[in-house]
Order: sequence, then structure tokens, then C-alpha cells
Amino acid sequence: METMVEIQKLRKQFGPLLAVNDISFQVKKGEVLGFLGPNGAGKSTTMKMITGFLAPTAGTVIVGGDDIVKKPLAVKRRLGYLPEGAPAYPDMTVWEFLGFIADIRGLTGTARNQRIDEVIQRVNLNAVLHQPIDTLSKGFKRRVGLAQAILHDPEVLILDEPTDGLDPNQKHEVRSLIRDMAQEKVIILSTHILEEVHAVCSRAIIIANGSVVADGTPSELEAQSETYNAVTLTLAEPQSAATDIRKGLAAIQGVAKLIPITENEQQLCYQLVPQNKQAIVTEVSQYVRTQNWSVAEMQVDHGQLDAVFRHLTAAA
Amino acid sequence: MCQPIGVIFRRELYSYFSTPIAYVFIVIFLFISGIFSFYLGNFFSRGQADLQPFFMFHPWLYLFLIPALSMRLWAEERKSGSIELLLTLPITVTTAVLGKFLAAWAFTAIALLLTFPMWITVNILGNPDNMVIFAGYLGSLLMAGAFLAIGSCLSAITKNQVIAFIITLVVCLAFILSGFPLVLDFFSSWAPAVIVNTISSFSFLTHFDGITKGVIDIRNLIYFASLIAFWLFATVALLEMKKAD
Ligand SMILES: Nc1ncnc2c1ncn2[C@@H]1O[C@H](COP(=O)(O)OP(=O)(O)O)[C@@H](O)[C@H]1O
Ligand SMILES: [Mg+2]
Repeated sequence: METMVEIQKLRKQFGPLLAVNDISFQVKKGEVLGFLGPNGAGKSTTMKMITGFLAPTAGTVIVGGDDIVKKPLAVKRRLGYLPEGAPAYPDMTVWEFLGFIADIRGLTGTARNQRIDEVIQRVNLNAVLHQPIDTLSKGFKRRVGLAQAILHDPEVLILDEPTDGLDPNQKHEVRSLIRDMAQEKVIILSTHILEEVHAVCSRAIIIANGSVVADGTPSELEAQSETYNAVTLTLAEPQSAATDIRKGLAAIQGVAKLIPITENEQQLCYQLVPQNKQAIVTEVSQYVRTQNWSVAEMQVDHGQLDAVFRHLTAAA
Repeated sequence: MCQPIGVIFRRELYSYFSTPIAYVFIVIFLFISGIFSFYLGNFFSRGQADLQPFFMFHPWLYLFLIPALSMRLWAEERKSGSIELLLTLPITVTTAVLGKFLAAWAFTAIALLLTFPMWITVNILGNPDNMVIFAGYLGSLLMAGAFLAIGSCLSAITKNQVIAFIITLVVCLAFILSGFPLVLDFFSSWAPAVIVNTISSFSFLTHFDGITKGVIDIRNLIYFASLIAFWLFATVALLEMKKAD
């Protein structure tokens, strides 16, 4: 598939602070790229450079074949952008505001009105259409920002924390909206909510201190988890057997570490961490069968994104 | 008008009237310009049918009113963050600056037009030279444009409207005072005539007085036009350089 967004060695210096440090990546049509990172990592700054609000200190941003610095208008026409905090003109009503954006975007006639109506339906703004934006709740303001960003059906959508401050229902709505649009577009969104990555992103980039520290599908990132492929085993065996069981489990081929979780009269629970994240579940279950232990529960860990996130961003 | 500049212009002008600011501004403008010309300017007792005393006070009126109008042009965009929205839309910075400036200017033109009862009054009371009055209005509008262009640029340097107001007022005051006899006398006591003339040639007063006397001198028009162009250009340059805070 075609590459729509191409970022190369993008850098931004604010006085002594290097906010974005040589970030490079490409995004293809159909991808939903999640920008992950702690606060102050440089997510917003990167997005501001992609959308032409900030001039990069170095590096290039190419959207749909055009350089943002050389052909800003061509790029901006392809982009829909929801800035952090969803700024708008507070004294305008939702209806007036969307009309203004449509006019600026060059939509005219029935196409204009149709498109406005469509977007209003899509993000559910009917209830507040004629209310000034500064009287809206945070959730509605965010939706107005989204409506504004998708109004001209852009090829590339840049969303800075689109679900920040929304309640769970609103979050769910925004995520389904993003998933619905994903096919025909490139969507880049930033978030510090990890569950969001699973919910909507086909790919995630973790940024810490202005640099990319990981880039891959959510499952690939999870595979970097320390406990990836670890087996958690609960046995209905008495405490008196604990010492032997521990010894036996620790000796299984491929097991690097045994972490006791609970040991009491009813059950014994252990986590077995493999060497080099290899799959050990077959070995473990075979061994348990040969010992005739009664198994209450057995689980394979698929890795935890938050563990990976913490590991990568705390180290940097 | 569906060109981006027209879209910005309409949005801005509309926003003046969707808040009380516009009405407060217009009422104050009409009220004070009335007071100034009738009381301070001896409008009636002069026994002359013209609007000279009315226009005479415009520089001073604008000195306080225009910065109050222009302070929000960019400072408010910065404060609310909408500048990020505006400048990532497919328009140039020049378009945004011009659209906003023209809307503010059109707004002052509306306020100025609403002083038409003055014009009717002098025409009822006597036989004024309406060409001179027209020149007065033109001069006043041009001067308002210059004040606004200065205000546009200075409101782009901050997100604080009060700071924008004060700096604009000070700079505009300098532009007025540089033609004031007192100031010029001070300079002429020691500086060569060239310098004194240069200082006075930068003054609003020198050029405004020229126009209100009824002589529409091309040099005065060029003065205001180039002043407006310069400050708007400076606004664009400043925003290009410093879009985020
Ligand atoms: N206009 C600016 N001037 C100076 N420093 C800035 C500016 N904008 C952002 N920063 C700094 O750059 C770093 C990255 O900020 P940002 O991109 O907003 O992070 P994130 O969106 O990942 O939370 C932060 O340390 C922030 O303080
Ligand atoms: Mg941010």
C-alpha cells in the first residue's frame, strides 16, 4: 500500500530543550498509528510539525508527496487536525463554527451542507447544534473538534489525545468512529492510555524524551514484555508439597525463573518465566502431567503493554 | 465571498457583533466624540458650519479605543489556542492577518458612519463644505487603519490582552506626539531641521490635519497606506516566526 506520511529525522529544539530528537517513521494508507509516550515526550510537538504549525529545526515531513515546508497549503488541504484540547472559537455556535470551517476548506453549495449534516450525524452533535461552543461540556467540545477535523474527508487525520477527558461511553464512541474511518485514511493519534492502542491502533510508536524507543504492532510491542510467554500455574496441591513442586518446576527445560505467587493449604500458584521469552507452555504441561499434579488453572502471558511502556520510558 | 480572506473577514466581523464588545465600543465612540466636539470643541459657539472640532479629537479618541479593539486580534487566538486551528487550515498567514485586520477596520468604519447625525446637524445649521467633511472622514478612517495595523502587530506578540493594549497605546501615543508642537519645539531647540522634520513627518497629527483641512494630498494618503502595509507585514513576519508561544 502507498505511503502517505513520511517523516525523516524530524527534530525540534526549544532553546536548550531538545523536544523532538531525530524522529523518523512512515505511515501507509489504512494504518492507525498510535503515538505513545509519557507527558512531555514530544508527541504534540511532533504533530505540530506534521501539521505545519511549528517549523522543524531539522528534518522533513512529506504528506502525500508534498513537503510541508515547501508546499504548506497542498499538505494542509490533505490533513484534518485535532489539536490538543480541541481549541475552537468559543463565541460561535457549533453550527456556525462548522460552517466557517467548511467555507475555509472551500466546500460550497449542497455538497457543503450535505457534508456538514453528515459529520453532525457521525459525531452526534444534533443536541447542541445551536449552542455557543464555550457552553459545551468537555465531551461535546472534543466532538466538535473531531467534526471539524473530518469535515473535508481528509486523507490524513492527525488527532492529539482525541479521547482525553472523555467518559467511558464517549471514549468508546470516538474509538469506533476512528475504526470506521481507518480503512480509507491514514490516522495518527497520540495517547497515553494504553488500552486505546489495543482498541484502535494497527501500529504503535513509543516516544520517550523526544526519541522513538519502540515501533511495531501492539502484539509485537507486548512481546517485548519481560513476562512474555510466562506461564502462570495454579495447582490444587497441599502446602507440604511446595518445596518439591518448586524444585521440579524450576528444573523444566527453558524455565529461567520461578516466582511464587501464593502458597496455602488449598493451592499453590507460581509464575514460570521462560529464557529468551520462548514458549514453554508445552514443556510445563507435559511435566505437570508426568507428576500427576491436579491443575486448577494454567495461563500463558501475552505480555503487558504497560509493563513494556514503563520499562522503555523509564529507562530513557 | 468564498475566498478564504472573505471567510475570515466575515467570521471576525460577525464575532464583534455576537458579543457586547461591539455595542459598548460604538456607544462609547459616539458618546465621547459627541462630548468632545460639543463641549471641548465649542461646536456651536464657533459660529462655523464644519466638523473641524469633531475630527480634531479623533486621534485622542482612537488612542484609547483602537487598542481596546485590536488587543484581541491575535492575543485572544493565542490565549484560547485557536491560533493552532486557524494556522493549520489551508490558508496563508497573510490571508489570516488581512482578513482579521480588514474586519476590524470595517468595524471602525461602521462606528464612524454612525456619527452621520453630526454631518446632518451641520448641514441643517449652515452651509458646510461637504468635500472637506468627506476628506475628514477619509482621513479619520485611514488613521484608524494605521492604529489598527499597529495594534494587530503588537497583539501578536503576546497572549495577554492587557499587555497588548498598553504597548499599543504607548506606540500609538508616540506616533501622535511626534507631531505635537511641544515635542517638536523641544527637538528644534537643539536638533537640526532635518531631524525635526523627519520626526514630524512620522506623526499621525501632521498628516491627519492635512487631510481634515480638505486637501487630500497624495503624500498623506501614501503615508497612511505605507504605515498600514508596514505594520501588517510585521504582523505576518512575527506570526510566521512565532506561531506557538
Ligand atoms: N512552545 C514551546 N516552548 C518551549 N518548550 C516547549 C514548547 N512546547 C513544548 N515544549 C516542551 O517540549 C517538550 C515536549 O512537549 P509536548 O510535545 O507537548 O509533549 P507531549 O505532547 O508528548 O506531552 C516538553 O518538555 C514541553 O515542555
Ligand atoms: Mg501533548
